[in-house]
Amino acid sequence: MSEQSLMETNGTLPPTPSHTVGPFYGYALPFPDGGEIAPAGHPDTITVHGYVYDGAGDPIPDALLEFWQAAPDGSLTGAPGSLRRDPVTGGYYGRNGVDFTGFGRVPTDADGHYAVRTLPPGGAPYLSVCVFARGLLHHLFTRAYLDEPAGDTLLSGLEPARRETLLARAEADKHRTYRFDIHLQGDKETVFLAFD
Amino acid sequence: MALTQHDIDREVTELQDAYDKARAGGAPAAHHPPRDYAPYRSSALRHPKQPLVAVHGDPETVELSGPAFGTTDVTALDNDLTKQHHGEPLGERITVSGRLLDGRGRPVRGQLVEVWQANASGRYAHQRDDHPAPLDPNFTGVGRVLTGDDGSYSFTTIKPGAYPWRNHANAWRPAHIHFSLFGDAFTQRLVTQMYFPNDPLFPYDPILRSVTDESARQRLIATYDHDLSQPEFSLGYRWDIVLDGPSATWIEEGR
Ligand SMILES: [Fe+2]
Repeated sequence: MSEQSLMETNGTLPPTPSHTVGPFYGYALPFPDGGEIAPAGHPDTITVHGYVYDGAGDPIPDALLEFWQAAPDGSLTGAPGSLRRDPVTGGYYGRNGVDFTGFGRVPTDADGHYAVRTLPPGGAPYLSVCVFARGLLHHLFTRAYLDEPAGDTLLSGLEPARRETLLARAEADKHRTYRFDIHLQGDKETVFLAFD
Repeated sequence: MALTQHDIDREVTELQDAYDKARAGGAPAAHHPPRDYAPYRSSALRHPKQPLVAVHGDPETVELSGPAFGTTDVTALDNDLTKQHHGEPLGERITVSGRLLDGRGRPVRGQLVEVWQANASGRYAHQRDDHPAPLDPNFTGVGRVLTGDDGSYSFTTIKPGAYPWRNHANAWRPAHIHFSLFGDAFTQRLVTQMYFPNDPLFPYDPILRSVTDESARQRLIATYDHDLSQPEFSLGYRWDIVLDGPSATWIEEGR
């Protein structure tokens, strides 16, 4: 449809509807170094990892997660180069190893597991997470909080058990590593967000 | 026993009638599909049952900004899916063009548009696609491009074929191209599918029918545009895309 036919009388355009990412995005959307948000070898690098589960408690092997966050200095401008391409071969170079783009994209593996390596964000201490999956008609937003800031209006408005689902937990036996699982449904259902 | 198309049609019709009745009673339009849509069987265990928690954005809200992409993230050939191999792919060559806009009709500039699709015979170049239709050695079916200053994008590709899937017995997806879109804010993120006009499979497809609002469904269907067709080369389809969700600039303008 053309935009003229879309424009409503109040000057806004109704949005294009969402659809599921389906089962076959795997050769199109993931890219090498998609989870390596931290510049290579950076000493402040943390790992955030976990599993994505369905309502039966089974891990989801065909989910796709995207991460967006502030840089360590708190800036939210990001930087290009997450999926840097090689104009010679048409393949991927990988990230340039220097810039912090603030963006990551990882598919879950056959066990339903994902991992990203990044730098702790400045300002609000959370990674924004967008969840796509076969079977999910419209993506879902959540947040992985690396700590629990005082006065955070989202967290303070939630029941403790619900709040817990947004807290990435430092793992005692692993270096600078946080566990953040996502439950699309069920007793441990993750808190998902709507923005207005 | 596998569900039949008739079983699915009955469920789809019930949900359609319920939506139409609610609309007639003054309910607001639903622009997006419900995440809980039983006729699409895979949604059963993959939708949350708790309501979404509303976040009232302020300028510090991370999701009101979003990732940036640039010229290093695409190559000049990435928007021509017919030029990725030594030979030409089989099928009907098409040009798909349009504009990426926000909800106020403003162009979304310099943002990443990604596409993926089946080949002309309805087969994805994906190891887990076991539909017994031929792979095309000259077609992968993946492309990307950055939008121009006016929000415009364009792809050269071939028209994808319809393909079967296992939602129910004799389930077929109408021909479609998958699109992934970024706006200026992460809240505007969109993954969707573009359809071709007059596809006889529309009424039978629980994915398309999950969008219960008729005018919203129409917004997923490209328009044949003869002015976009290129002589001796390709047929043209126009599809404009409108992103949902607030962005930081909306907050600053005191919407
Ligand atoms: Fe598809």
